[in-house]
Parts: sequence; C-alpha cells; structure tokens
Amino acid sequence: MIALVGIQFMPTTRNQRDMVPKTDFMVVNNVPTEVERIITTSCYDCHSNNTEYPWYNRVQPVAWFLEGHIKEGKEELNFNEWDTYSSRRKNSKLKSIISQIEDDEMPLSSYTIIHREAKLSKEEKKIVFEWVSNLKDSL
Amino acid sequence: MAVVFLSTTSCKDTKKEHDNEDGHHSEQMEENGHMGDGMEDHSKMENDNMQSSDNMMAKNQHATMSSQIVGDYLELKDALVADDKDAAAKTGGRMVSALKDFDIGSFPAGQQKELKDIIEDAKEHAEHIEKSPIDHQREHFDVLSKDVIDLIAITGTDKTLYQDFCPMYNNNKGAQWLSASKEIKNPYYGSKMMTCGSVQKQIN
Repeated sequence: MIALVGIQFMPTTRNQRDMVPKTDFMVVNNVPTEVERIITTSCYDCHSNNTEYPWYNRVQPVAWFLEGHIKEGKEELNFNEWDTYSSRRKNSKLKSIISQIEDDEMPLSSYTIIHREAKLSKEEKKIVFEWVSNLKDSL
Repeated sequence: MAVVFLSTTSCKDTKKEHDNEDGHHSEQMEENGHMGDGMEDHSKMENDNMQSSDNMMAKNQHATMSSQIVGDYLELKDALVADDKDAAAKTGGRMVSALKDFDIGSFPAGQQKELKDIIEDAKEHAEHIEKSPIDHQREHFDVLSKDVIDLIAITGTDKTLYQDFCPMYNNNKGAQWLSASKEIKNPYYGSKMMTCGSVQKQIN
C-alpha cells in the first residue's frame, strides 16, 4: 500500500501539445465527424503528440504503462505528422491500420481494459474500416 | 590539328580499355570517330565518356549492393510459398539487417530521397514479417514486393528475375511478387493455390 502511494510521486513525461499541426491526419483529410471521433478516442492517445489524461492516466503504474506505449506508438504511426509521410509510407500505414483494426490488434486490449471508451464496437470497426479503405484506394 | 589528332587517339585508347572492361560501348565508339572539329567539343566528349564509364561502374556496384536484399527477399518468398511461418519470420529478420546495411550515400543525390523512402518502408514491413502470423506476413509481403520492385528499378540487379502477378489476392485487387524462376509458385496462397498467377515481365 505504501509503495503504491509512493510511486504516485514519481514523475512521467507528459505527451501534450496545444496546437494541432497542419500535417495532422484530420486536417489533411476530409474526415467525417464520426470517423474523426472514433480515431481520436481510440488511437490518438498513443499515436499523436497529444494524450488525453483522465484521472486514471495520472495514476501510477498506469501512467508508466501509457508512457512506454506512447513512445512506441508514435514511432510506428503519428497522426499529427501524417502529411510528412510520403505516399508510399501513407499507403503502408493505412494498410496496417486496416489490418490491425480488422484483427482486433489495435487498440491494445491492455489499453482498452482501462480506457473502456476506446474499445471499438463492431459497428465502429466497420465505419473506420470502410472509410480508411476508401482513403487508401484514393491515394 | 596534330594536337587534336593526338589527343583524339589517346581518348580512343582509353575508350578501348573501357570497352574491354565491360564490353558494350560500341555506340560511343562510333560517336567518337566523328570528332576532332574543335578542342572544346573534344574535351567535353572526353568528359562525358569518363562520366559514362563511371556510371557503368557505379551501376554494377549498385546492383551488387541490392543483391543481399533481393536474395533475402527471394528466400522469404520461398518460405511463404512453403507456408512456413517460422522460416519467413527468420528471413524477415535477416532482411531487416540487410536493409539497415544498405548505404544510399553512393547514389546520385536525386535518387537518395526515394531510396531512403523505399528502404524505410521495406524495413517496417520486414520487421512486421519477423513477428507476425502468416496471414499478416503475406499482407506485408505484398507491400514489401512493391518496395523491392521499385528498389531494383533504381539500383538494377545482378540476377534474372520474373515479376509475377496474382490477380486474386487483396480482395481481387491483385498482388505482385518477384521470383528467380519462370515457374509460378504463389507466395500469397501457398499450397492452397500454388499455381495461381502469371509472369508479368522478365527483369534482365
């Protein structure tokens, strides 16, 4: 119990920016509101420069867990930097997004167990899948 | 005039040496026969010749540089043909190192950006192949194939390759792959549909 209290005082780096850059996925693409809501809620915590920090995200060891995944997630795909990717890279990223969502690999189950709102329903999966597939074909 | 003649001859001699080296400069030899009208033209031509021989050397070198990547790719393709996930993963890992070792520094500045892009993209797919189940390996192999095809379009290759096409993969959008033999062995479906596909073109 004491340890659990103690680790609350250990610092973590905050992944937060006020500005949405011009290169952001939502800015560059004409994203329907519903798709934007789903992707922002379910993906942006780890795949952008801005993590939403509800109270439980500030509690250790959740904050540590999140920090590690944010670093790794942003390396793989950063929605804020979307337009800095070449069309070859965009195509690859979209392909990965589609297959990760299709196979329930993303969002990580270890993440959605706490962030219940990030878990994708069948309907939400279909909406994102269809829209992202169309975007990929239009590249 | 004598000076021009002399230097033309010496230029020819150098040319001959180059011809012996790689044996297909005959067009330029002919061109060379018509010169001697002015020193300026001549020195320009000599310069061009030097450059083209340099390019030729660089080209061979570049084809050798991509050789390891293409070799790993072909092994990976064979593993997928054989439905062998573990072998594919292992080769994927090897390909990651081959891609990391690829030095774009010796390529002309104009090609470096695209090469970097291709290498980076291919590396990501090879990394995924290293740690994924076979369905995913094949999905990544599809994009990786495109990367390798684009890569050798720039670097050239020292192998004879066949660019094959499977019309069914990808929800009937189709997918390409490279093979060292003419016979179709499908890496996207393996034993399920071994002979599905056709040769699109021969490279080299």
